[in-house]
Amino acid sequence: MFSFGSPRRRGCSPARAHPFGQRTVAFRSFSHFSRVFGAIAVASMIMACGPAGAGGPQISHFTLDNGLEVVVIPDHRTPVVTHMIWYRVGSADEQAGKSGLAHFLEHLMFKGTEKNPAGRFSETLATIGGQENAFTTADYTGYFQRIAREYLPTVMEFEADRMTGLVLTDANVLPERDVVLEEYNMRVANSPEARLGEQVTAALYLNHPYGRPVIGWRPEIEKLNREDALAFYRRFYTPNNAVVVIAGDVTGAEVKPLAEKTYGKVAARSEIGPRMRPQEPPPVAVRQVTMADPRVAQPSLQRSYLVPSSTTAKGGESEALEVLAHVLGGGETSRLYRTLVIEQHLATNAGGWYQGTALDETRFGVYASPLPGVSFATLETALDAVIAEVAEHGIAEVELDRAKTRLIADAVYAQDNQATMARWYGAALTTGATVEQVAAWPKRVGAVTADEVRDAARTWLDKRRSVTGYLVKELPSPQEKHS
Amino acid sequence: MIACAPNGLQARNPRRLLPAVMSVAAVLMMPVAAQATTIERVVSPQGIEAWLVQEPSVPLIALDFAFRGGADQDPVNKPGVANMATSLLDEGAGELDSKSFHERVEAKAIELNFNATRDQTTGSLRTLSAHQDEAFELLRLSLTAAHFDPVDVERIREQLLSGLRRETTSPNEMASQKWWSTAFPGHPYGRPVRGSIESVPTITTADLRDYMKRVFARDTLKIAIVGDVDAATAGKLIDKVFGGLPAKSSLVSVAEMKPQGLGQKISIDLDVPQSVLMLGGIGIARNDPDFMAAFVVNHVLGGGSFSSRLYHEVREVRGLAYSVFSALIPLDHAALFMTGTATRADRTAQTLEVLESEIHRLAETGPTEDELVKSKSFLTGSYGLRFDTSGKIAAQLVQIQIDDLGIDYIEKRNGLVEAVTMADVKRVAKRLLDGGMLVTVVGRPPVTPAKGG
Repeated sequence: MFSFGSPRRRGCSPARAHPFGQRTVAFRSFSHFSRVFGAIAVASMIMACGPAGAGGPQISHFTLDNGLEVVVIPDHRTPVVTHMIWYRVGSADEQAGKSGLAHFLEHLMFKGTEKNPAGRFSETLATIGGQENAFTTADYTGYFQRIAREYLPTVMEFEADRMTGLVLTDANVLPERDVVLEEYNMRVANSPEARLGEQVTAALYLNHPYGRPVIGWRPEIEKLNREDALAFYRRFYTPNNAVVVIAGDVTGAEVKPLAEKTYGKVAARSEIGPRMRPQEPPPVAVRQVTMADPRVAQPSLQRSYLVPSSTTAKGGESEALEVLAHVLGGGETSRLYRTLVIEQHLATNAGGWYQGTALDETRFGVYASPLPGVSFATLETALDAVIAEVAEHGIAEVELDRAKTRLIADAVYAQDNQATMARWYGAALTTGATVEQVAAWPKRVGAVTADEVRDAARTWLDKRRSVTGYLVKELPSPQEKHS
Repeated sequence: MIACAPNGLQARNPRRLLPAVMSVAAVLMMPVAAQATTIERVVSPQGIEAWLVQEPSVPLIALDFAFRGGADQDPVNKPGVANMATSLLDEGAGELDSKSFHERVEAKAIELNFNATRDQTTGSLRTLSAHQDEAFELLRLSLTAAHFDPVDVERIREQLLSGLRRETTSPNEMASQKWWSTAFPGHPYGRPVRGSIESVPTITTADLRDYMKRVFARDTLKIAIVGDVDAATAGKLIDKVFGGLPAKSSLVSVAEMKPQGLGQKISIDLDVPQSVLMLGGIGIARNDPDFMAAFVVNHVLGGGSFSSRLYHEVREVRGLAYSVFSALIPLDHAALFMTGTATRADRTAQTLEVLESEIHRLAETGPTEDELVKSKSFLTGSYGLRFDTSGKIAAQLVQIQIDDLGIDYIEKRNGLVEAVTMADVKRVAKRLLDGGMLVTVVGRPPVTPAKGG
């Protein structure tokens, strides 16, 4: 089992990470090796979004004539560059009935172009010693290469070429659909926790496409085809819908002429309007879903609340939710862990998270795994009491300080990792934030007050905004239910 | 055609990691090349060696360390001791109970992690340099004065058992455990690193203390520090953390062993849509003169890029799997070669056939000239990607010390890859891939015979 770490908080994930992936991400590939040997290497691959602290790098940001945005984050410590292109399109932009299409196209983007037929881009990277991969979420699709700095122009040329030159045939599309189905089997079908997670999210979103899994519903994945992929590609893959983020041993002045020479030559090919997805009506009902699987040897509970994202929140509210998630559920000093695991001895693990980086209304999650013999009812009553306590009485200054210190330190730790910096900026800029907002994030977190955290709990952690999922070995029989 | 040669941006003087020797006691520093980062061999006032890379531009310190001895030191009937002990090191130490310890760690955003592998016990510390004293003090307490209070031991035991319960029906875990227990009967490698549902309840505090006493010692310790710290300070910090440890470890000796059961295939029935396949055979030791050639051969077969033979044949051409890998696993007491993938039930037989036939084909004919050239080019070109964060550099420097490759290894390494010849890879492909594999498969056997697909 593996989780994808929390967006915005890679560094602070506790040693014993919680069992549920917070951000649904599908990758082009990952190391099977890490799974078999029990590591969680993949976890370092995605987590997005937080910011550079004071004293961070001098970031350049410019827009080409065709509408492509470019962000350059210098880090001159080693002669290595991380080059990423982020398209402002994800699974939530798919049309109904075509779930999984954004992710399927991401896989197909490796099938070659007119100018660079099948495999030439990957073969070049395999020759020069570059790493590459790609990922899809509900809001964005990204592609990256990590290379020695002198190859930056090469990868920019290849990446600009595949922005519009993709060539697909049934011969390379159909086997790739099987690959995606195996990815589905691995991530979802083989994992009871992941399947319950899909059900909880689907039940949470009554109207918004965030309710669909990024990888898609299996019966719809099975029917995706070449024409679907090309239509989606032509509509969304255009320079005026993309952000290039380059981090590493380069400067903005070096990148600008290169960007003009490569990406700058690609004409915008479609108008991109505002991203208007069907929004959620105000939630009114407490919802519960139960999933049984004979393979469940450790029951668990996971709950998601519908809450504002960094993009939809009123000023300061998203930052308050970040702090709240840390106080409630970040590691062993958190309220949930201390109360449910240590003091009341009801759970083997408990915690919480907030998916702040999102274009539309997002999720705040809590979870717990009961000790043998502890009922869900007992566990949930205790969990509810922890949340109610914060909503009624707020948090202590020491808790506030600890959470803020952790969140702000993450921005400093991020400066040690060019790939992390690139992901923060890419994810933020494709979910409605600006470079300035990313850079000012530590300051905004620093300004959060204990009262704001209490108010966030009071307003948003209302059970009527939530779905609670229970994972069990078998469903209770009807008699048991009524007795 | 896009040229692979550098264009536009000229390669800067690569900021190479150059070796140097430094002793804090007798200050003697080698001159360093302009724009080069130096690996300094720091010997602390108490005589503890560490490798240091100073990097003042980001206000952080990354420290990695390793002791010889991990799960291989678990008592025969109690697998999981090393894993449980390392899970408890930050659960109270010195004058701090578990709660206070965690609060102190989090108040300064310190990251402290411990892990037990089959052969090693490793740890890592990440801290803002402003909090270095607090961070190193907390690490010292963990390593020298961990409490193992009964209440914390029982809590962590429950957590470990909860994880083990989950694993009892995880196809990956089942395939892996069956492989290891079949390949290494009666050997520490055959026992589960995290223990079992039977063994973990029997582990006592005395077992945990005994493991720490035997393993946490200065004679097998390897340390690397990277970041905003100078050599003199690093020396002091090292003494503070590790100076109080016993000089000598007391390890149970572990026999060398070759994996058993090669040529066997073991299937375990589990009702999952996707079957997991794991194959392993005899590999090549890290200090074997053929290691680098084997590294190239593995890259051709199933190494890291999207161009390996397995990736191409299993995934690209046939769409059989999402992930497929091969790897050399040079352990201290056994050298292994492994490969694995996962595919839907009715394609399991076909997938296994493709894996086996690709292994056989490479063993018989070796890589092509083109594959050899490209593999070497990839392996040399990508080496720098292992050094772009402080944590990655620290991890590399500890591994180089464990493998006893020398402080100048980073300078030499690409030359060693370049020196691999066609004759080498042909010979080593045969040696590595022709020895037979033990196969474990976990999944649901197809109801009807597989029809290719």
